[in-house]
Amino acid sequence: MFRIIAAVIGRDLKLAMRRQADIVSALFFFIIVVSLFPLGVGPEPDLLRKLAPGVLWVAALLATMLSLPRLFADDHRDGTLEQLALAPHPLGLVVTGKVIAHWLVSGLPLALIAPVLGVQFDLSADALIVLTFAILLGTPALSGIGAIGAALTLGLRGGGVLLSLLVLPLYIPVLIFGAGAVDATVTGLGGRSSFPARRHHFCLTRLRPWASAAALKIALE
Amino acid sequence: MTDRFNLYRFASPATFYPLAGTLIPYFAAVSVVFGLAGLWLGMLVAPTDFQQGEGYRIIFIHVPASWMSMFIYLVMAFWAAIGLAFNTRLSGMMAQALAPTGALMAFLSLWTGALWGKPMWGAWWVWDARLTSELILLFLYIGYMALTAAIDDPKRADKAGGLLLLVGVVNIPIIYFSVKWWNTLHQGSSVNLTKSSMAETMLWGMLLMAMCFWMYSIAVAFMRVRTIMLERERHTDWVKAELAKAGNGGEQ
Repeated sequence: MFRIIAAVIGRDLKLAMRRQADIVSALFFFIIVVSLFPLGVGPEPDLLRKLAPGVLWVAALLATMLSLPRLFADDHRDGTLEQLALAPHPLGLVVTGKVIAHWLVSGLPLALIAPVLGVQFDLSADALIVLTFAILLGTPALSGIGAIGAALTLGLRGGGVLLSLLVLPLYIPVLIFGAGAVDATVTGLGGRSSFPARRHHFCLTRLRPWASAAALKIALE
Repeated sequence: MTDRFNLYRFASPATFYPLAGTLIPYFAAVSVVFGLAGLWLGMLVAPTDFQQGEGYRIIFIHVPASWMSMFIYLVMAFWAAIGLAFNTRLSGMMAQALAPTGALMAFLSLWTGALWGKPMWGAWWVWDARLTSELILLFLYIGYMALTAAIDDPKRADKAGGLLLLVGVVNIPIIYFSVKWWNTLHQGSSVNLTKSSMAETMLWGMLLMAMCFWMYSIAVAFMRVRTIMLERERHTDWVKAELAKAGNGGEQ
């Protein structure tokens, strides 16, 4: 069971490493969007400190969205996906592997760069730590939910816009808990208070690959 | 012979089409009767609210619309589950026929809420947990309609839409509670929608209006599902026979 997941992760990572420009451009999209906000709202440190959690999180959602269509599209185009669906392993495991790989190349870099951007917004060291952990823990959920949307819109006209329409409303809880945790630290309420609430959300994580697998089967019919 | 037998018979579009056709006028008539009764109770009989004056009477549209917007989503998810589990043709059509009405109800609920909020709270919009989750519900309806509209193959559209509905229905409680948690954290507006006590005539007026909206939704969904059935099954004999009948009826 773990061997198939590991195999899919290894394969997807190898493919991603051969096209590093994709990873880097999503990362720079994140950096640019975050940097645009101070230019838009003005440089007052108090205001920026207040805006930082929300801005960083919304930018992280958008950056994840950007790389979602690639999750299945390339494999769909060259027929790999059909072979994977025909393989004796449950498709849910394959999807789990792909989601983990997607997180490693899209979510993880965001979490690593986020503290640097947080400094731009004059966040305290405490808030930066919570921010990093919140993004680290929240982005797997984004990849997991996003995979359902990516599978549903596979091979459709205007798939990218449609994908954001489907997925962004479902991202709201992650945004609220993620930004809320950082916000609570900034205002001194204690960011850790929100982590139990997140756990409920994570209980559903295990169901998501199976929903994505069902969506893929519909798309492949 | 038995009830069960009859119900399964109507799972086929060919038999459901005429049934829906005969039922529509009844549902429409009942909706009008309930609507008139509800409006009469709500606008003329129910007492003026001691806090909100006459303005509160928008509740007779607002609350039924909100109820229906939530209920229709559940009904759609129910049909989606049936459709995915038993591979029935009609379920997907029902879900698609209900979606625009559900979106309309969510929109109506937001719109009347804004009209009500302006004189009462002094703002068109506040980031209250209920308002926010109703807005997100509208987004979910729009996402569903956009997805089914983007897929040309009706079978795939039904299945993909159904899966999205099920994912949505699982997420709705999470979204609702997260929004609620977010709102209490932010200590936003201290809007409290709960009434201290509601006069009995108000409650009856609201229930009558809810029935009116309910019957209206059924009638409109049936009209829409009839159109969808004709469109999808246009190559079958029963549609041709049905159209021929309609054509003759027009000439006579």
